[in-house]
Amino acid sequence: MTKQLLTLRVNGETHTVAAEPHHTLLEVLREELGLTGTKHGCELGECGACTVLVDGMPVLSCLTLPTLLDERSEIVTVEGLARGPDLHPLQVAFAEEAAAQCGYCTPGILMAAKALLDRTTTPSREEMAQAIAGNLCRCTGYTAIYEAIDKAAERMR
Amino acid sequence: MLRLPRFRMAVPPTLDEATRMLRDLGAHEQDPGAVGTLGLRVMAVAGGTDLYPNMKRRQFTPEVLVSLGRAVDRTIPSKTASGAGADTFRIGAGATLTQIAEHPVVRARYAALATAAGLVSTPQLRNMGTIGGNVCLDTRCNWYNESLFWRTAEGFCMKTHPDVVCRVATSSPRCLAVASADTVPALMVLGAWVRVRSADAEREVELAHLYQEDGMRYLTIRRDEIVTEVRLPVAEGWRSTYLKARDRGSFDFPIVGLAAAVRMDGRTVADARIAVTAVASRPILVEAARTALVGSRMEDEAIAAAAEAAFKSARPMDNTSSTIAQRKRTVSVFATRALRELRDGAAASAA
Repeated sequence: MTKQLLTLRVNGETHTVAAEPHHTLLEVLREELGLTGTKHGCELGECGACTVLVDGMPVLSCLTLPTLLDERSEIVTVEGLARGPDLHPLQVAFAEEAAAQCGYCTPGILMAAKALLDRTTTPSREEMAQAIAGNLCRCTGYTAIYEAIDKAAERMR
Repeated sequence: MLRLPRFRMAVPPTLDEATRMLRDLGAHEQDPGAVGTLGLRVMAVAGGTDLYPNMKRRQFTPEVLVSLGRAVDRTIPSKTASGAGADTFRIGAGATLTQIAEHPVVRARYAALATAAGLVSTPQLRNMGTIGGNVCLDTRCNWYNESLFWRTAEGFCMKTHPDVVCRVATSSPRCLAVASADTVPALMVLGAWVRVRSADAEREVELAHLYQEDGMRYLTIRRDEIVTEVRLPVAEGWRSTYLKARDRGSFDFPIVGLAAAVRMDGRTVADARIAVTAVASRPILVEAARTALVGSRMEDEAIAAAAEAAFKSARPMDNTSSTIAQRKRTVSVFATRALRELRDGAAASAA
């Protein structure tokens, strides 16, 4: 099967890439665009490691087919969080609170948390738990993650 | 990387083209009971949140996928209609589970549906998965939803390879995989039906008639028919709720899902419905529960009789998490809890 030309808006830039039509957004981001910040975990829609935002909504890139995306859809990956040298408040708070241990789930959790904080900067613990319910972390026990989201939310108010 | 098998994706822009495409590709000639899931050459896909993982594990290896994303309506009206069609509430089959869980009319009038949609999997999945997809969700089984590695080592099952015995009960003439869609029992107790369209015709199917007791041929509609809309009666005076048991509190498929709805006339039950899922190959509307409740004042005895009816209707097999005994008992406990919740809610709103 031949590769197909795709136009994608990723982190504010338009990219035209040649990709296998059966490859998922995760594969295209990592293998064609070199954006390896988005992690592949279970690749079956269970762990949330591959979470990216499409038009502001957290989705699983391992189950998204880029051929079905609208060319105007804005995709944001963890690489798109920082503004130049300035990290996103979530990234700063995650570092300060040691909310990552092995760090593999962190890009996905950052994206899910960003979607939450874009909706509200005063989330309750319950809303935080709901927002990252689809992101498995086997190291932290989540407490430091909640505290980091709290801290970032406070700074974004 | 766990990659999808190669396939061709067709993206018809309209329903007419989608149904024509399915007809021309011979989708209706495919009988999953005869060829197994691996024999399906043409499949329709909506959100893909269940199909793609299954394809990655090689439970399905279709040559062509017909994407319904552009063809099927995904809107939910912001209000109940007035004038013609005011007696029904329509949900486009392409509406995501997030849209449904957060929709103000669904939350206000169809609480069981909003709750059930909000309990499907994870936030990310609910942003992608559709109500039409959930209604048509593939049945599940411990012997089926496993990696290719596991199944190659342990042996395949009837659902993928019809020439193999059912691994759950080796003498079973049919596949025993389990109905696992959360929204379906909720829709059943709310009296929902679906609109189904093929290239030749359009028809309406009551939700209870959409399913049959066969893990391979679990839908009664043909494979070239597309669920285009879910419709609900306006449900004046109904209260409903949905309870779900699962392994992980954060997200998982149901090992028991139970929906209940009652309509009160003063303090007396005028009508009632209970439906359960994940305890058979089809979701079950428990008729005897209605008999136990109608005319009662939801006294503890009436609730116990309805719970007993639900308990008797559940015939789980040993093919999901938990044990048969515990899942059967959960049905009865959930029926009791759901009905007490509805009784207390009715009393509180009457006070």
